[in-house]
Amino acid sequence: MNSPFFILAALTIFGASAAMTLRNMVHCTLALSICFIGIAGLYLNLGAQFLGLAQVLVYVGAVVILIVFAILLTRSGELPSPRPSRAVYGIIVAAPTFGILAWAMLTGATVPVQPQAHIDQIGRVMMHHYLLPLEIVGLLLTAALIGAVVIAMEEKQSTK
Amino acid sequence: MNPLTACLLLSALLFSIGLGGALSRRSAILVLIGIELMLNAANLNFIAFWRFGPHPENLTGILFVIFSIAIAAAEAAVGLALILAVYRHFKTSDLSRLNSMKG
Repeated sequence: MNSPFFILAALTIFGASAAMTLRNMVHCTLALSICFIGIAGLYLNLGAQFLGLAQVLVYVGAVVILIVFAILLTRSGELPSPRPSRAVYGIIVAAPTFGILAWAMLTGATVPVQPQAHIDQIGRVMMHHYLLPLEIVGLLLTAALIGAVVIAMEEKQSTK
Repeated sequence: MNPLTACLLLSALLFSIGLGGALSRRSAILVLIGIELMLNAANLNFIAFWRFGPHPENLTGILFVIFSIAIAAAEAAVGLALILAVYRHFKTSDLSRLNSMKG
């Protein structure tokens, strides 16, 4: 692999581990956006330009802003540090998971090729072969937005 | 190292970080962040297999990740709305204090 891949991978892993270990939740969210930007760079590095742009728009632009608003509305900027036993349980589950996945990947065989995906190709495939899933995703997004508004609505208004 | 293996190892590490964080943090929002990290690791796997797999001209990996990103956005919106509703009801988003169904 080329050196940009390793730089982006280091940025992503740094952001992810900081997002899961920092105390202040606003700092966690900032680290999460660094991680998402690193993943967008990895998509660009792997030849998926459209997905890199979509990653920046959807995750860094929308999801991180939603999380910041949730932190603001629940007033949970600072939490007491997790008890060490919980962190130990998390590591006990996560480390064997990584070990098993890494073992499976290092013992498999692969065929490298060099494709490119242009946006017009993606649009053509999406409008021909994947038209029904596209419409279903549109319906799902509409339902999720209406559902989110209904769930987050004030209880007084919903009981009227 | 094989480029596909490097991508898959990175994605496995990202998944494990998200899993460990989602299991060990006490704030509901941080658990949601851990789940988002795991979803992103899966997306990275799809892109790596599309890039280095046998039939890249079908664009299947790209399309799957586009749909996955859309569904992850819907999931984040509904999840954060649920966290807001839980906060309004219990006045906390600390998962270790949401134990009213504990036996």
